[in-house]
Amino acid sequence: MTAVEFDNVTLALGGRRILDAVSIAVREGEFVAVLGPNGAGKTTLMRAILGLVPAAAGDIRVLGAPVRRGNTAIGYLPQLHRPIDGLRLSGWEFIASTAQGHRWGIPHLDARARRDVAAAIDLVGAGDLARRPLAQLSGGERQRIMLAQSLLGGPRLLLLDEPLISLDPNHQQAVVELVSRLHRELGIAVLISAHEVNPLLGVIDRVLYLGNGSAALGTVDEVITGPVLSRLYGAEIEVMRVGGRIFVMAGAHDLEHAEHRHDA
Amino acid sequence: MLEYDFMINAFLASGIVAIVAGAVGYFLVLRGQAFAGHALSHVGFAGATGAVLIGVSPIWGLLGFTLIAGMGMGALGQRLAGRDVAVGIVLTLALGLGLLFLHFYTAYATQVTALLFGNVLGVDRATLWTLLALGAGALLALGVIARPLLFATLQPELAEAKGVSLRFVSLVYLAIVAVTVAECVQIVGVLLVFTLMVGPAAAAGRLSTRLSVAVALSCALALIEAWGGIALAYWTDWPASFWITALSGAFYFISLLR
Repeated sequence: MTAVEFDNVTLALGGRRILDAVSIAVREGEFVAVLGPNGAGKTTLMRAILGLVPAAAGDIRVLGAPVRRGNTAIGYLPQLHRPIDGLRLSGWEFIASTAQGHRWGIPHLDARARRDVAAAIDLVGAGDLARRPLAQLSGGERQRIMLAQSLLGGPRLLLLDEPLISLDPNHQQAVVELVSRLHRELGIAVLISAHEVNPLLGVIDRVLYLGNGSAALGTVDEVITGPVLSRLYGAEIEVMRVGGRIFVMAGAHDLEHAEHRHDA
Repeated sequence: MLEYDFMINAFLASGIVAIVAGAVGYFLVLRGQAFAGHALSHVGFAGATGAVLIGVSPIWGLLGFTLIAGMGMGALGQRLAGRDVAVGIVLTLALGLGLLFLHFYTAYATQVTALLFGNVLGVDRATLWTLLALGAGALLALGVIARPLLFATLQPELAEAKGVSLRFVSLVYLAIVAVTVAECVQIVGVLLVFTLMVGPAAAAGRLSTRLSVAVALSCALALIEAWGGIALAYWTDWPASFWITALSGAFYFISLLR
């Protein structure tokens, strides 16, 4: 069975084609980096897997079943858009709000839900962090809390949308190591979107590179090459490998780093 | 102080409203919609003066207008986010409309002051029952949507992915806010709604890391401010609304020291 399967899928947003007749299959238990320039559709792809963006054409299957909204087998870490305000709610409250959060009633957790929350916090080793106000945590610590939240309910597929954005290299490394450990220990499929592949080298199984409406899925060596990326960017791309790191260049510009700066 | 009926009514009315405002207001602060609450009260002013003009009790005009405006805001949902200018223009338009209604109905100067700044000492038995019914309804509705509301507030993208309708939750919540605003106006008036709906909630939010504690604290602070304000008004003969705003401000600024 596949974790995610796109069969000739076209995704459109506001009349613009984000993906055009894309077919890919992510295997169960696979760790895949989702890369591509800004606007290539990394977030849209994840929202489509969550059933929030309907396919304009083609079939999406998630864990062997047709895509549907509210699938509890998917854990999701959205990209943070909103600054967290001055309130002092603890990380625990954020995680707990996710548990059974779709049900009516007052936000009280029963014993089982509390155990689930505690187990998720244990998995990411955030026992002390979870008691502190979320607004006072650093970016990396906050991602740890948010990861715990995505693990509630024992998902078999994790969608992590730009968890490394605006973190410094040390914190990026810590988050990558944590996700890698979760992937190994839980044996679940992970899709992680990122601006550049370097922090993820060595831990991911394959990369899914998006651009120009199409997609390429394969190992780093298969996909991150001049010809493949030139097709995806629609421009002449050169790939350079220096000291175990990969640089994607258009002319004299380092594309992935340029975008990272642009976004941060 | 309690030998007077109007004082008993004032304590009961402000007690009901404080608890509702404390609970509902906490989510308003959490959602970053404090300004929406402020705007709703101004829209209510037009409703209240319009109602007086056609001979209806102002609370019903107030409630009608705040409900329509609140649900309109809720239906617009995300598209309203960051539209401070649009909201501000609607609220001034409503105040202007209220002024026009008053122009046609000139006999009521004390009524205007009561609407703008509240008249808790003038609450009668009938109004008390109305406040109780509306307040119970608001709290009941909040109890039903609190869990998805919290989820949608803290993590909207995730809540949407898990099947929560952000628009529906927002619509119902703003209807609850509209009712709460209409309640608060009876105590502190259109211009001072913030003092009961936002002040205690903002202070409570800064004092506790736990949701249940923060909501309870918000209600407790609102109650202390309302009752304290009325008692201080009794002893000093200064307006109750002034004392409520003074206490609300004091608690908020103390919470900032933390």
